[in-house]
Amino acid sequence: MPASTETETRAEERPADDPALEVRGLCVDLHTAAGTVRAVDHVGFTVRRGRTLALLGESGCGKSMTAQAIVGLLDPVAEVTGGSVTVAGTDVLRLSPGKRRKLAGPVLSIVFQDALTALNPVQPVGRQLAEPFRIHRGLSRRAAREKAIELMASVGIPEPRQRARSYPHQFSGGMRQRLLIAMAVALEPDVLLADEPTTALDVTVQAQIMRLLRDLQTEHRLAVVLITHDLAVVAQRADDVAVMYAGNVVETGPVREVFAAPRHPYTRGLLDSVPEHARRGERLPAVPGSPPELSAIPAGCVFQARCPLARERCVTERPVLAPVGAGRSAACHFSEELAHA
Amino acid sequence: MPETTLERTPDAAPSGAPLLDVTGVRKTFRSGRGRLTALDGVDLRLGRGETLGLVGESGCGKSTLARVLLRLERPDAGTVRFDGVDPFALRGRELLAWRRRVQMVFQDPFASLNARMSAADIIGEPWRTHRDVQPTAQARQRRVRELLDLVGLREGDAHRHPNEFSGGQRQRLGIARALALEPDLIVCDEPVSALDLSVQAQVLNLLADLQRRLGVSYVFISHDLSVVRHVADRVTVMYLGKVIEHGRTEEVFDRPLHPYTAALLSAAPTLDVSGEAGADREIPLRGEIPSPFDIPSGCRFRTRCWKAEDRCRDAAPPLRTRVVDGGDEPHEGLCHFPLEVAG
Repeated sequence: MPASTETETRAEERPADDPALEVRGLCVDLHTAAGTVRAVDHVGFTVRRGRTLALLGESGCGKSMTAQAIVGLLDPVAEVTGGSVTVAGTDVLRLSPGKRRKLAGPVLSIVFQDALTALNPVQPVGRQLAEPFRIHRGLSRRAAREKAIELMASVGIPEPRQRARSYPHQFSGGMRQRLLIAMAVALEPDVLLADEPTTALDVTVQAQIMRLLRDLQTEHRLAVVLITHDLAVVAQRADDVAVMYAGNVVETGPVREVFAAPRHPYTRGLLDSVPEHARRGERLPAVPGSPPELSAIPAGCVFQARCPLARERCVTERPVLAPVGAGRSAACHFSEELAHA
Repeated sequence: MPETTLERTPDAAPSGAPLLDVTGVRKTFRSGRGRLTALDGVDLRLGRGETLGLVGESGCGKSTLARVLLRLERPDAGTVRFDGVDPFALRGRELLAWRRRVQMVFQDPFASLNARMSAADIIGEPWRTHRDVQPTAQARQRRVRELLDLVGLREGDAHRHPNEFSGGQRQRLGIARALALEPDLIVCDEPVSALDLSVQAQVLNLLADLQRRLGVSYVFISHDLSVVRHVADRVTVMYLGKVIEHGRTEEVFDRPLHPYTAALLSAAPTLDVSGEAGADREIPLRGEIPSPFDIPSGCRFRTRCWKAEDRCRDAAPPLRTRVVDGGDEPHEGLCHFPLEVAG
């Protein structure tokens, strides 16, 4: 079993504070025409109620696939080949599809990035929002409709009674994202996964949506997994972070500590790439090259080809996620060198 | 620091002929839903070898403005002067010669390159249109090599096709194509927003290097304020088809005049993890951008502005000018109640 993140166990060991979501050794393989490749490689982390963990990484790093594996919505070419996903004491990967579906909504739910494709374009939104109440709670059509209207009001949609009859394309991007969030929290889940929930939105609307998520989280003590490529969003909104690269978690820990003093060269490189730190006109300390193809992930460290610290050991031996301080881990043979950098 | 805020008419241009001088450009489109005002009296100025950052949310008109600068869209009113010349008055050979001077780098490096062409063909394609600057067969190969080298690609890449390149490499290729005709101005429309962060920095560095070496000017359109702050000498902020603030980059970012600019800056999350400053320094804006079919009276930002009063509904906001350091280059904003900055 590979190392996993246990961010707070040392600080507070209250059994009542069991993690809402615990992922261990999760592996996802992709079966493609060119062969089978590993897209998610022994990923592990835990999230407690009321806390936010950010899965941070660039495109293709496996963060979205990790989320899809957790909620059981993987594409048919992808297959979970190992690990466990424990929600409310149950490993959901061992459940039958039917039992698992029953958890989708009341226990575990997800907000997708693209609200226009996630909503049904030919059904009024009120009917779509009423669906969870009809299916999971067995409410009557009328009662479910009232619930849907309440829900729309709770996520800040003006004139919800009239707007319930509108179709998704009649809403702005920000309002559509609110509708998706409303649907995700309808049955008061314990765990909410949000996959790039604001990426397609304008900055001022982004801020509104993040505020809404935060308010809902406080209200329902949600455990949130925030999947994002945006370091600033992580800095502002997450408690803990797991940095992913080429299917692996390479560093994890409390956001403040990780961002203040990263212990993996990839995290360091990402933080340096943000123009915010550099003066205008100055060269940005860019990470050279680009991430490896999934079919060509090297045997040793996944980051070796772009790493300024790489040496022989990195080519031959894959570093495992190992503790680098209280509640922090990094998968680097030479993370000690970054500590004194 | 000397500083005054006073009302002023917008006609006093700074000294020295700019490369690009846009005044009062207006563009409306008709559709089934009525008349859409995309640009409503836009002014823009850009010097040689400089970068102008164009900032605003979707629907603010920045892409329409880019199309006007490229002469792909003829404005209904106003003037565009490029090096003193009105591109819309040009025809035939003169127009072709002008087109060489303005090129474009697109947002999506996947959609903007022909998948069936090799890198060498892509870079050389502009020469097929502009035959009078087309290099001879031998010179052509050398020139392609030079351009590949200039954007940090290898000579051996000349024969590869777009699908064999990563996103960042494709964007380098798009930049090489834009440089093939040795333009004076490159309009970059969200050139790094489709790229991963670690690759984005490489492309931003490349654009800066090219400007230093070739003296090319950029109009840099981006929604990412930290990127604009890094690359731009001056910033123009647009809202619903109008320039609502313009000035030197540090001025606009550090001491915005317009409430919209301030809200935009505060809404953009930063890397600061010190805590307290974080989420709560944000200025919450009401609602969303109104429809460009139905622009609010008076100040167009008033429906979302926390400082709005009756006057903002009844009268168009005046141009406010803050004179900075001697006053040769004012910082301008359109607002009844500009933000006062403790000086």
